[in-house]
Amino acid sequence: MMPLLAIAALAALTYALRIAGPLLADRVSVPAAAQRLFTSAAAVLLMALAATSALTAGHDFAGWARPAGVAVAGLLAVRRAPFPVVVLVAASVTALLRLAGIH
Amino acid sequence: MRLQWRTDLLSDTALVRDVALVCLADGIVGVSFGATAVAGGLPWWVPVAMSLLVFAGGSQFAAVGVVLAGGSPLAAVAAGAVLNTRLFPYGLAVSDVTSADGGRARRWGTRLIGAQLVTDESVAFALRHTDPARRKAAFWTCGAALFTVWNIAVPLGVLAGSAMRNTAAFGLDATFPAVLLALALPTLTDGRTRVAALGGAGAAVALTPLLPAGLPVLAALGGLAALWRPRRRPDADGAGDSQAVRRPAGHAIPVRSNR
Repeated sequence: MMPLLAIAALAALTYALRIAGPLLADRVSVPAAAQRLFTSAAAVLLMALAATSALTAGHDFAGWARPAGVAVAGLLAVRRAPFPVVVLVAASVTALLRLAGIH
Repeated sequence: MRLQWRTDLLSDTALVRDVALVCLADGIVGVSFGATAVAGGLPWWVPVAMSLLVFAGGSQFAAVGVVLAGGSPLAAVAAGAVLNTRLFPYGLAVSDVTSADGGRARRWGTRLIGAQLVTDESVAFALRHTDPARRKAAFWTCGAALFTVWNIAVPLGVLAGSAMRNTAAFGLDATFPAVLLALALPTLTDGRTRVAALGGAGAAVALTPLLPAGLPVLAALGGLAALWRPRRRPDADGAGDSQAVRRPAGHAIPVRSNR
């Protein structure tokens, strides 16, 4: 369950991060090293989320259909396929595999 | 001035086309977010409220993903907030386009509304241009269009997710990791970041059976240790260089021109 308080907290933190830049722009400058760290942290989190949500369900393996769909979508993303195609292919491949009895 | 950039905007078919493509993509993601959230058992207002108030797709998916995997609300907020730290340098980078001339109310109104529209996409659009009027046009067009589309798409997804009893049969659960992967891959240009991201992802998957939900993803941040180097080369960066803030490296923003 996701309480309203958690949504409010995430919304407040997110807005604070958004407004801090414009408010501080005249006074601070983020060192390039810190800038790179933010970028890398986002990349690490996104990849970790992608991997865990592709491969696991709860504490267990998610089955083959989902990671297979995500892998095909990943290949398309590397090949610079348009974003909507990537998303639709992920769902289609997974759905077709399940239809074929592979879960 | 204002009329000026509106005229520019209408004649700028490339901008309108690119914004439309991004909106289409994010619309699909929004539908899948709404559907995934309610199919996982969350009440309808959770994805709807998040989309209006948080308005950051990656962190919305992250927070809901943690909760649906059984994680605590605190872990959900932490994962979402860490993912959104990138909005701070983004905000610095586009501080010029969220400023306005005129009275106090108008200046603050523009700034406060503009801040909510700071996203990967709107910032990427702004940074494509150097001309101040075009930067503004690109940022506000993309930001406003995305906010509208996102907050229509998510409720549509909620309706769809409530209507279909078996979202797994449609492979909807694969859209979330696919979106994250498509967002992450373009940011892995630098070798050290790649090592950090792959190591972190491997660790997160390995820790999933052991740790409470939500924590493995946060533990992946340990992969950032791969970025550590004993002595920084003096020529490697202009630390404190304000240029670096105004224009972050192109790869920092996971949006591609063909999206």
